[in-house]
Amino acid sequence: MSIPEVKEKWSARVSEVTIGATPAQGGTRARTVTIGGAGGIPFLSFDGALPHPPAIAIDVLDKQPVGWPKPLEEVYGDVWADPVQWARRAKELGADLINLRLTGIHPDEGDWPPSKAVEIVKAVLEAVDLPLIVWGCDFPEKDQRVMPKVAEAAQGERCLLGAVSQTEYRTLTAAAQAYGHTLIAASPCDINIAKQVNILVTDMGFPLSDIVIYPSTAALGYGMEYIYSILERGRLAALSGDKLMAQPVILDVGFEAWRVKEARADEEMADAWGPLAYRGPAWEAVTATDLLQGGADLLIMRHPEAIRAVREAVGQLMQGDGK
Amino acid sequence: MALTGLEIYKHLPKTNCKDCGFPTCLAFAMKMAAKQVSLDKCPHVTPEAKAALESAARPPIQLVTIGADAQELKIGNETQLYRHEEKFYRPTLLAVRVWDTLEPTALSARLEAIAGLTFERVGTKVGVELVAVDNASGDAARFESLARQAVEVTGRPAVLMSAKADNLQRAARALSGKRPLLYISDPQQALAAAAVAKAENCPLAVRAESLEALAELTSKIAATGLEQIVIDPGARGLKGTLEALTRIRRAALKNFRPLGYPAIAFTTAATPLLQVVEASTYVAKYAAIVVTDLIERWQLLPVLATRQDIFTDPQKPVAVQPKLYTVGEVGAESPVLVTTNFSLTYYSVEGEVEASRVPAYILSVDTEGTSVLTAWASDKFNASTITKALKASGIEERVAHRKLILPGLVAVLSAGVEDESGWLVQIGPKEASGISSYLKNQWKN
Ligand code: B12
Ligand code: SF4
Repeated sequence: MSIPEVKEKWSARVSEVTIGATPAQGGTRARTVTIGGAGGIPFLSFDGALPHPPAIAIDVLDKQPVGWPKPLEEVYGDVWADPVQWARRAKELGADLINLRLTGIHPDEGDWPPSKAVEIVKAVLEAVDLPLIVWGCDFPEKDQRVMPKVAEAAQGERCLLGAVSQTEYRTLTAAAQAYGHTLIAASPCDINIAKQVNILVTDMGFPLSDIVIYPSTAALGYGMEYIYSILERGRLAALSGDKLMAQPVILDVGFEAWRVKEARADEEMADAWGPLAYRGPAWEAVTATDLLQGGADLLIMRHPEAIRAVREAVGQLMQGDGK
Repeated sequence: MALTGLEIYKHLPKTNCKDCGFPTCLAFAMKMAAKQVSLDKCPHVTPEAKAALESAARPPIQLVTIGADAQELKIGNETQLYRHEEKFYRPTLLAVRVWDTLEPTALSARLEAIAGLTFERVGTKVGVELVAVDNASGDAARFESLARQAVEVTGRPAVLMSAKADNLQRAARALSGKRPLLYISDPQQALAAAAVAKAENCPLAVRAESLEALAELTSKIAATGLEQIVIDPGARGLKGTLEALTRIRRAALKNFRPLGYPAIAFTTAATPLLQVVEASTYVAKYAAIVVTDLIERWQLLPVLATRQDIFTDPQKPVAVQPKLYTVGEVGAESPVLVTTNFSLTYYSVEGEVEASRVPAYILSVDTEGTSVLTAWASDKFNASTITKALKASGIEERVAHRKLILPGLVAVLSAGVEDESGWLVQIGPKEASGISSYLKNQWKN
């Protein structure tokens, strides 16, 4: 018996963004990473091609983190006082990109001067040849002083810089434009705000094709479904031709997943929930893979077991797709 | 899908006899289309018309019932591809598998473990609802005895899985009245199994190698009068299963009857964590039942959390009643914690307060079911809403002190709350997980 055709007739695709630049392109990266390009609902070969597998960036902080749970300490504890060594570890663990967070520049976290941030970014770029994502500290006045310097120091490397928002976008957009970087556009849980940020940024002359959307992230069991639906709605809009929603999406999975009780509570919950050593990575892996079904192109992650599971899942889901 | 008034009218007697209480058959049909009256109010409708109307009004995905009495479970009746459109109504059922080839001790241990697979999350009890009994031995007597034992020990309805219709019959008889789901793995025996399912009044799950073959099979079974069907697209592995489940859902929502049944999926990945990922993916993507070999608590918890997330109503956040709650034997010196009325937020706090064993008041402020930061950012959790809730709660008559604990994430509110309420504000930890040690070690009255 023949069954009805169920492929949707999409009129557009998600745009592609390439992060990093090789020597031939004016940078020093060993390779670049391209994300986006999806022409259908995630991982359905019959619905539309997915040219690039979702990429994974591994988190590196500029200084020793506070309060990271034991499963993460076991992986990074010996290197996390030094961002360069930490970045090397991230590469060993199979990162596609390094996700560097400048936390020490925050007034409450050390108030480091721009020069120190620049020094760290340069050292990481020198030590590890993967494409780089760099986030400010989310304290606008300080980020405005630091991020232009960072952008300048990394000129030619085509980093992904974060994040511009509805209210704070001018300085970082100008810096990304001047020094050839791509941009993360943040929009808390709201598609209309995502579009608005894209309009503001492109009004300054920044190309839409160099933007990655950050719709905020929630952990499994802690509001994940809201983000899942925002991803689905965004993907449907993109495939239906809405150019302002057609940018690939980055999600901060590791940060959110390792914040919640299920990924932190140790002995006291072991009987009810099983050992943290397995439970924590599972929480991160499932947060990631659930959200991948909504539509995500770049995941920031932390634990190697979670990363391995996501890679295996993506490998299976991409069978018959890809380059 | 839903019929229009005119479509219904075509099947009515068209005599305008008014026995239904409406002036004309057309008026009645219009009311019926609006779901304000049911067909049984017309005493003159013919059995054929009744059958035609019922089958046309059947939802695009058949509603199927598994289990009986207090254990009755329903799947199907879904209407959406994307949860933001409306919502997904019937949470995926999880079935953990046991095999009749297991050694008796391993078998008992596994059944005991399944019996214990319930958890408390966000104020509700969640868990595995089915035990899948696999006739791996091919032996009828072993299958029957395991079926009895599995249902008895786990206290859950069964999915009885066999390649042989005869074996299904024996096990189904043993569970007579309990309405297990019969699963026939050999497509050649599907029609024989359908006869068993009809005779034993059980739903039947069938498998085929392709969706085309599956559609053919369900049409044949439906023609025998059995409509309580569950379908297994036969695909295994993440990619094939995801694609098949999506095709089924899309075809069903286009009113393609032969695939308009709830779907069953199986996890088969080699590594345990990947099976967790597989199960979660099928829960998110349209499986009505997931049969899995997973049994560890750390493996099932994320699958259950995925289910809770995906099946919540996207239109209204799950909220608790905004009021003053008490935990433990509170007194005049007990601490007062302030939070929102988003379920997830409230229960995160309540759980930690309970764990601390420090009796306490929790004031749940009406934030229209939003989280701490969402409510703060949308101005529903601020000095005046907190003060209003505080004054209205009667807490001032119940405690002798005037100190309240705010969530660490909204430390910025403290000056405003102090000014407006006259209470002293103490800043609690940012994460609920810090509450227990905060109450035990830091909170000083
Ligand atoms: C899901 C979500 C939504 C959902 C709403 C979900 C809901 N029912 O609240 C939707 C999509 C509707 C939404 C909307 C908005 N959101 Co929103 N949302 C989130 C998201 C992703 C998760 C929130 C969540 O569920 N957390 C889980 C709960 C359990 O956390 P919680 O309430 O904070 O409780 C924890 C602690 O605070 C603590 N705790 C709670 N109570 C107490 C009490 C005491 C005494 C103590 C000690 C501790 C404590 O325990 C809990 C567990 O640790 C967050 C980002 C994130 N990952 O957190 C953004 C976020 C909260 N949203 C944000 C914003 C800005 C908005 C909007 C205002 C955006 C807009 N459109 O303008 C709108 C508001 C719309 C409106 N009018 O209501 C921002 C807030 C920014 C800020 N710092 O102020 C966030 C942080 C995103 C971001 N990174 O920018 N959002
Ligand atoms: S009772 Fe039936 S036949 Fe009579 S008017 Fe109503 S719908 Fe028509």
